[in-house]
Amino acid sequence: MKRTVWLALLLAMAALTFAACGRDDDDGDGGGGGGSDPGITDDSIKLGGSYPFSGPASAYRSIEQGAQAYFSLVNSKGGADGRKIDFVTLDDGYEPAKAVQNARRLIQEEQVFALFNTLGTANNVAIWDYANKQEVPQVYVATGASLWGSDVAAHPWTTGWQPDYVTESQVYADYLENEKPNAKVAVLYQNDAFGEDLLNGFKEAIKGTDIQVVADESYEVTDPTVGSQMSKLASSDADTFLDITTPKFGAQAIVAADKLGWKVVHIINNVSASKLLVLQPAGLDKAQGLISTAYFKDPASQDWDDDASMKEFKDGLAKYEPRANPEDPNCVFGWAAASTMVEALKGMKEPTRAALMDAVRNMDVEIPILLPGIDVKTSGEEDGYPIEAMQIQRFQGENWKLQGDVIQAPH
Amino acid sequence: MTDRRLRIALVCAVALVAVLIPFLFGPYRVGQFTLVLIYAVAALGLNLLVGYNGQISLGHGAFFALGAYTGALLIEKADMPYLATLPAAGALCFVAGYLFGVPALRLRGLYLALVTLGLAIAMPQLIKRFDDLTEGTQGLTVEQPVAPSWTGLADDQFLYLLSLAAAAVMFLAAWNLMRGPIGRSVKAVRDGEIPASTIGVDLAATKTRVFALSAAYAGVAGALYVLALGFVAPEAFTLTISFAFLAAIVVGGLATISGALLGALFIEFVPVYASDVNDALTGVIYGGVLIAFMWVLPEGAAGLPRRLRELVLGRRSPREETLKAPVRGVPAGKA
Repeated sequence: MKRTVWLALLLAMAALTFAACGRDDDDGDGGGGGGSDPGITDDSIKLGGSYPFSGPASAYRSIEQGAQAYFSLVNSKGGADGRKIDFVTLDDGYEPAKAVQNARRLIQEEQVFALFNTLGTANNVAIWDYANKQEVPQVYVATGASLWGSDVAAHPWTTGWQPDYVTESQVYADYLENEKPNAKVAVLYQNDAFGEDLLNGFKEAIKGTDIQVVADESYEVTDPTVGSQMSKLASSDADTFLDITTPKFGAQAIVAADKLGWKVVHIINNVSASKLLVLQPAGLDKAQGLISTAYFKDPASQDWDDDASMKEFKDGLAKYEPRANPEDPNCVFGWAAASTMVEALKGMKEPTRAALMDAVRNMDVEIPILLPGIDVKTSGEEDGYPIEAMQIQRFQGENWKLQGDVIQAPH
Repeated sequence: MTDRRLRIALVCAVALVAVLIPFLFGPYRVGQFTLVLIYAVAALGLNLLVGYNGQISLGHGAFFALGAYTGALLIEKADMPYLATLPAAGALCFVAGYLFGVPALRLRGLYLALVTLGLAIAMPQLIKRFDDLTEGTQGLTVEQPVAPSWTGLADDQFLYLLSLAAAAVMFLAAWNLMRGPIGRSVKAVRDGEIPASTIGVDLAATKTRVFALSAAYAGVAGALYVLALGFVAPEAFTLTISFAFLAAIVVGGLATISGALLGALFIEFVPVYASDVNDALTGVIYGGVLIAFMWVLPEGAAGLPRRLRELVLGRRSPREETLKAPVRGVPAGKA
């Protein structure tokens, strides 16, 4: 027994000795003087991202493929300001807890310069306190929640990219005001942060107009179908249907509206506007006349066949990510986000993380693959939303057709 | 007697390494080892139930989740000091395990496995239903413990040592319990219910209490998990985690205390390295390693020294017989 006590004492002493030393290489800023941050040299930049390569949301993998293809293209031309971009990506299976581990691994072990385009609202919320505490940029996150731009002061190192859901709802309100000023709207929405963001944004945007929401029904992302919600909405006296759903439910809603013979103006949100994932499974004949929004060029549409940026995209994707589907809009999404990232990297005044954020926060550039008239614009704490304009599109025949002008959200 | 001395030396060596880990590795690795300790506590709880008591639970992820959310809500909504959340989560899960155990333990073997499986399937959805409290799919961000300045430690080192202290207490408690009279009656129930009841073991009471105790272990692990990650969301508690705990105790060694730790190392590190080999084949590699492991070491990693001795000395060790029984998990004729 005595021996055990001695051993315990020895252990305690060893622990204390080490504890007294602490760890001397904390945060990696011990180098001093150099002025540059981890993950960046004169000829390289390391970026990190966490995506769902496995699990329920693995269809989003194509976003990473689009981004990698663009970085490869830039690297083949000598990189961003002479720096070759290495984009390290890890799989989180769409689980926030894994995203936290991935973020730690990317920042501490891979020593990335910045986190780029990590996907999913919950996943980004899970890591943003950490990224901000470590003062590592978490830029152009792949989610449309409005909080990325509304909380700049508290999370100066985090920023969104795509038009947020509030912007989108304002665009729908604007469209209705012009086309159907007395619209009676029935809303189907997903009961989570995404659905509420869009619904509340819409309700806010129609205040003071003659448009009113006459019915709303919610569903859980775990529900099998939205059949009963759709029958309830169809029995209301609405003449417009605002469909705030994710792809699986979007397809169900289109089919249900057709089955119920519910002929109203059907607005389906951008998340579910994919021809590949939603409209084709539901049947293109049922999708005629659908209204939605767009902010980048549709790779499936022939309208852009002669467009230089679309050609560059299709050639680049075929060369660097041959397994990706060039008609998948998610590839364009990744490509466009990566283009914006390269512009931000070129805009850095010095090779530091703070300088990157400075460039990201004060930007005014045109990204060719975005729709004409839509640019990426931010200004410090006042405007934390890079893209704030969208254009209405209408599904006709085989493809989406753009309608009217680009609508700038008032925000 | 030499065997005993050897084991004490081994335990001391492991303890020394465990204390040194936070000073030898970078923050990310230390974070991984913190998770290993947490998984080890949960796996140990499950091992008490499956390995020592012969009941199968496929739903310990649910108690892990309950503990995690209890810890998160107590810290965020009730401003409770984080150390107090560990016993609180443990106690709540003990009660929950007891209440769940009373009706469920009328079922045996595979039937119990199925009922607990139902619990694990329902849990993430239940969390989403109570979204006023749990924030639903959005998840809850929880303030993580900060190392007191007098320790001179970085936060990740402090968190690791905190988890180590908690894990040490839980391991000592389990070891102490299982080598005494309670442990004997727990094992007696596993090895044969009728003989156990004829020598005066109260079957229902023993089974329910072991179930509650093992739920409490999962709960404490869940509360630690929240401290380690600073975040909880329902997607973290799918079936995968319940199965991971089960894999941990089988890989580590059923009905062994050290097996829980070895199994936890396995479930933390193998998937990470598997996804490094090939993103698209993570599951295949993890599964393949699991199968290979069971083939080479059917008694789990804790059986390795014995296996080696057999190979070297070419004979069966005397402890073979007593240790073989638990490998079956469910005693014959129960399912």
